[in-house]
Amino acid sequence: MDSERSDRIPVALKILIAGGFGAGKTTMVGSVSEIRPLQTEEILTAVDGADDLAGVESKRTTTVTMDFGRITITDDLQLYLFGTPGQDRFWFLWDELSQGALGAVVLADTRRLAECFPSIDYFEQRGTPFVVAVNCFDAERRFGAEAVGRALDLDPDVPVVEFDAREPLGARNVLIELVEYVARRQLTSAGSRSRG
Amino acid sequence: MAAEPQRASHHWLDRDAGPVVRPYALTQGRVAPAATEFDLVAFVVATMPELPPSPHLQPEHHAIMAACWEPISVVELASKLDLSIGVVRVLLSDLRSAGLISLYEPPAASQGHDVDVLKAVVNGLRAL
Repeated sequence: MDSERSDRIPVALKILIAGGFGAGKTTMVGSVSEIRPLQTEEILTAVDGADDLAGVESKRTTTVTMDFGRITITDDLQLYLFGTPGQDRFWFLWDELSQGALGAVVLADTRRLAECFPSIDYFEQRGTPFVVAVNCFDAERRFGAEAVGRALDLDPDVPVVEFDAREPLGARNVLIELVEYVARRQLTSAGSRSRG
Repeated sequence: MAAEPQRASHHWLDRDAGPVVRPYALTQGRVAPAATEFDLVAFVVATMPELPPSPHLQPEHHAIMAACWEPISVVELASKLDLSIGVVRVLLSDLRSAGLISLYEPPAASQGHDVDVLKAVVNGLRAL
């Protein structure tokens, strides 16, 4: 084995791709990065309510496969995209994923807008910066970004963008929108700190 | 015993049926690493090229050591070795307590992300 190895530790940033079932999470992760499956085998533990496991005593673990993709910005800077599993019973994964995350993209399908409510609530409560990306496949543009923002009752500065999850450039632009939004928030909060 | 006599024909064959060995059999049933660490995007790197012979180390430990000769993130490692994150964490914890790997946790995000890093990300994305 040669001794000339790279020992530089890159900076890795996490971005979550959330949204309802079928909103295009896997498509988006796959269109901007090399997508790979990731097994997360989690242990079902009964902390407070031991009764919660009644009837499933033999089932102690649950396997969740989620999508993840990596974008190499430079040798020292990597972006990791995680397609969050949609079902409610996987909230425990979200907690880990959003820990230290740069931000999130909530994919909205205007035919089933309500499906992205839980994701939005989650990120709002946690204070995780997010953008809403309206996935316009089949040119089915029934509502504009503005209407979607109003329908979702978003904070006015939360960006809402329209894109096609299948288009690498579209997906990339959504990520740029998110990172710029995070940078703006950062500068604003730094500004208010120094003023205060 | 015939608990499910009506069972339909098998849909899950070969790889679709999942691992033959239950995931946590690899860790002797240990489900959590000694300490809560190993963020998904933490990096690990081997401190020596090969594992010393030890009866306690399994093929998966060797596979991890080989994969982290150069720095690799925990999530990348799990995906590459097709092991679940939980299992990888337990095995990494073994290697770390034996001093065989170094761990680099990402900086705490509580103080926010460096704006220069964010600019670099935007520029990098534009160049894609």
